[in-house]
Amino acid sequence: MMDNKMIVERSLQSVDGGFSFLGRLPYYRGLGLSMIEDIQVTVDGEVQPRESVRFSVRGKTYTLDEMETVYDDRWNFGEKATIIVLNGGLSAGTHTITFAVRNRVSYLPFVPTTKDTKELALAA
Amino acid sequence: MTSLIKRGVSLYSFQNETFQGKMTLEDCIRTSAELGAKGIEVIGEQTFWGWPEYGVADADVDNWHRLIAKYDCVPVSHDFMLDYKRYKGRPMPFDEQVASVKKDVDFGARLGMKYIRALVSIAPEVLVAAAPYAEEKGIKILIEVHAPLHFDHPWIIRHAEAFEKSGSDALGFLPDMGMFVFAFPPVWTEKFLRLGVPKNIADYIVKAYEDRVLSEYVILDVQQMGGTGPAIAMAETLRHNAAFEPKRMLDYMPRIHNIHGKFYQMNEDYVEPSIPYDQIVKVLQQGGYQGYICSEYEGNRWIEDAEEPDSVEQVRRQQVMLARLLGESEDPTIKTSPTASAMAEAAE
Repeated sequence: MMDNKMIVERSLQSVDGGFSFLGRLPYYRGLGLSMIEDIQVTVDGEVQPRESVRFSVRGKTYTLDEMETVYDDRWNFGEKATIIVLNGGLSAGTHTITFAVRNRVSYLPFVPTTKDTKELALAA
Repeated sequence: MTSLIKRGVSLYSFQNETFQGKMTLEDCIRTSAELGAKGIEVIGEQTFWGWPEYGVADADVDNWHRLIAKYDCVPVSHDFMLDYKRYKGRPMPFDEQVASVKKDVDFGARLGMKYIRALVSIAPEVLVAAAPYAEEKGIKILIEVHAPLHFDHPWIIRHAEAFEKSGSDALGFLPDMGMFVFAFPPVWTEKFLRLGVPKNIADYIVKAYEDRVLSEYVILDVQQMGGTGPAIAMAETLRHNAAFEPKRMLDYMPRIHNIHGKFYQMNEDYVEPSIPYDQIVKVLQQGGYQGYICSEYEGNRWIEDAEEPDSVEQVRRQQVMLARLLGESEDPTIKTSPTASAMAEAAE
């Protein structure tokens, strides 16, 4: 659900050592960060290493490994998190971004992965 | 005669709009109130940012009470989740689960709720252990009986037995009407057709559902018809959905305190084509039910790939249907734009 709303349009930006965009959790509620099992970002067909991804909400930034033991923070319902990828940076122009999130949801008899792909433009 | 059954809305119904910030909490409560659906149910951690991991600001809870008073509504239920898989690789220990439920009892009380909803996968022992605390706080903990589970399933019977043995009236049931899917929902069929299921296979599954054929037979038949991927997935929905019998609720009426008015689509003629609300309301009236039926729109996820859901119109139609079934003389209407408060905030 909300799959096609995961990546926030027009949110691609350059950051020190990489790029960022805004992402939302595809779910009808929020989730504690320890239950976000993986966030995978693919740029123009190239999967970015897990170690290069950072997740940032309300001024706090985490690696994906750190998030696994974060029990006092969450990705709220509809909250736009900043997803940072430290890949050395992207060229100006349009890029195809795929954003996939894998959650551990207590009541589900499976582990869902949901993804969204959008064309995002990076200003020169 | 007007029924003693009351109408409400679970704000889950408006998730597509609230997720995108198109409706605020005030928009949701006002719209429900205008429809005469004065009972308001929330999933605490959908409506209130911070819950449970870092807590909810007093200002947000004050705002909730202000809006409930402003629109003359009634807080019905805080639906909690209890994430017992919070820790990677190990389940949450029993005592911690009980403590977590107690925190949700407190949060429910803070919101002025009568009930808190427990997901069906939670063990009965956890709820029984939290019951004395819930009694103290004037809250009932209701386990949501939700497909594929149902009132004759051994897991639910175990809950019922544990509740009786506990002697506590703070434990009960919240049946989800998605247990009573009498016909394969058209919005599901349309979604699977968009995913590439061949028409003949889709038609076969819809007919097999109507004929109440066992899910495993249908899945095998679809495989043998050459079905792959989405065709198998469509057949597999029969594992998780069935036309269970609404009358099974009658045995449990003294412990049924809230109802999820689940629906997948409301047509223009105010009919839910897959769930027999006329029969359901009759059973509830027969059982002397006096609580709320809270609209729970879940068609959103089945159509969002093709069109933007119009949750408010869907809820309006269901409320008209319910009002008529309950013998009300006037059809509910919405007077104010359902996005008025969001628009006003955006203009500020």
